Amino acid sequence: MKKIINDPTTIVADALRGMALAHPGLLRITEDPAVVARADAPVRGKVAIVSGGGSGHEPLHGGFVGPGMLDAACPGAVFTSPTPDQVQAAVTQVDGGAGVLLVVKNYTGDVLNFETAAELVAADGIDVRTVVIDDDVAVRDSTWTAGRRGVGGTVLLEKIVGAAAESGADLDTCERLARAVVGNVRSMGIALTAPTVPHVGEPSFTLAEDEMEVGIGIHGEPGRSREPLADADAIVAALLDPILDDLPFAEKSRVLLFTNSMGGTPLLELYLAHGIAERMLAERGITVERRLVGPFITSLEMQGMSLTLLRLDDELTALWDAPVRTAALRWGA
Amino acid sequence: MGCDAGAVAAAIREAAAVITEHRDELVRLDQAIGDGDHGENLKRGFGFVVARLDESTPDTPAAVLKLVATTLISKVGGAAGPLYGTAFLRAATALGDGPELTPELISTALRAAVDGVVARGKAEVGDKTMVDALVPAAKAQGSTVGEVLRAAADAAEAGAESTVPLVARKGRASYLGERSAGHLDPGARSSALLLRSFADST
Ligand SMILES: Nc1ncnc2c1ncn2[C@@H]1O[C@H](COP(=O)(O)OP(=O)(O)O)[C@@H](O)[C@H]1O
Ligand SMILES: [Mg+2]
Repeated sequence: MKKIINDPTTIVADALRGMALAHPGLLRITEDPAVVARADAPVRGKVAIVSGGGSGHEPLHGGFVGPGMLDAACPGAVFTSPTPDQVQAAVTQVDGGAGVLLVVKNYTGDVLNFETAAELVAADGIDVRTVVIDDDVAVRDSTWTAGRRGVGGTVLLEKIVGAAAESGADLDTCERLARAVVGNVRSMGIALTAPTVPHVGEPSFTLAEDEMEVGIGIHGEPGRSREPLADADAIVAALLDPILDDLPFAEKSRVLLFTNSMGGTPLLELYLAHGIAERMLAERGITVERRLVGPFITSLEMQGMSLTLLRLDDELTALWDAPVRTAALRWGA
Repeated sequence: MGCDAGAVAAAIREAAAVITEHRDELVRLDQAIGDGDHGENLKRGFGFVVARLDESTPDTPAAVLKLVATTLISKVGGAAGPLYGTAFLRAATALGDGPELTPELISTALRAAVDGVVARGKAEVGDKTMVDALVPAAKAQGSTVGEVLRAAADAAEAGAESTVPLVARKGRASYLGERSAGHLDPGARSSALLLRSFADST
């Protein structure tokens, strides 16, 4: 294992300390329990949006804390969901009296820990709602699995709901919008290499030079199938086809296309793949109205990418365009 | 052993040592069909449990288990944190505030713990989770505390082994579909380890 670390057991706390120093004025970070909050939280009268998950997916979620997006994020240990007391602390810090929306990626651990947290917070008298996102089309039939995983769609959901909350939308509206995103967003990923979890010290799985893992998650859990490595056109098609099959992204659909690096894939390759995806969508008569390209939901140093497609309407588009000021996404503000 | 709070705390310390000893094994099992954090998460959680027991030993068996529960819930994360936390919490409640454990109380607490895990995680026997080890263990009976716990450990070990050929339907391993078959479930393994260590402490 080659990483820039001192001690694998303190990696999250050590990184949070650096993050706080890198973004003074924007973030307020507490260590025990670990919470990344907006410096100006609580914002009186505003619905608070709180998310969290295992570390190792940076900039998700801490990089999306700030005006126009999240009020707080709870970083767990690497690839491990945060704990209920962490979520409770985050909610208590940022609750502005208008209720709190918890954004949870659909993994058993995340769901169970946030569920416990929601019970604790509700007992404190805070109006708390939970939205679970499950956009990964690689996982099929949910009666035979823990259900689809939450992946790239999470970034888009946090941006859109964060914008709504910032503009003064109430908790019902924020929840409705979150569910609208969940209903209209789909993702799929591939990996060319495995990530190495610091406290494990070796790659999470092994892929030969000429293999790729199709339908990869973001935790080094192996994907759906192992295939011979293919060229960019074939890779993009392998990601796009199952997404388009899953939701009726019909001709004339207006979409947001999010081309994401899993951490180890450079922008040069990512732009190349993005170009192919735009071309393939155009061939099907689907209009790409907005796009996001870059490493926004990663799996440590894993080489690989994911594509996320969100069906847009005027309301979602306006919220996407609204100002945002976070460590990782910043426009109009 | 006596079965007072001190003895229960000693058994928990022993369990923490067993988890630490098997940390790498649990990591490897979780790497094969999950994300490789199970051993580290449990080791971290039980490490905090021991640190809290060092500060003070609660005065009833139930209070010891409640301390274990709240520590695991707040320090472990992942699927195993809330599931084991719920198990210890339900067991603590079932014990009441008596100063000593009896075989009947142990049987009752085991059943309550396992019912709690099933209620939280909604897994059934055959889904390839810790439930496959725990449900058979909850049927354990005996005329001494040691007998009950040994029967529970035997049943949990057999239950854990039974997960090998199964295709996972709950938790992270379920994403693998058919590829999850042929591997021992890490949570079932840790459940068997915990119960065996409790049995060995009596
Ligand atoms: N729904 C469930 N019910 C019972 N046990 C479960 C469930 N989901 C997962 N598990 C258990 O949790 C174990 C994994 O724990 P851990 O690695 O700590 O969590 P995570 O999957 O969040 O990384 C699995 O091996 C399985 O035994
Ligand atoms: Mg795991």
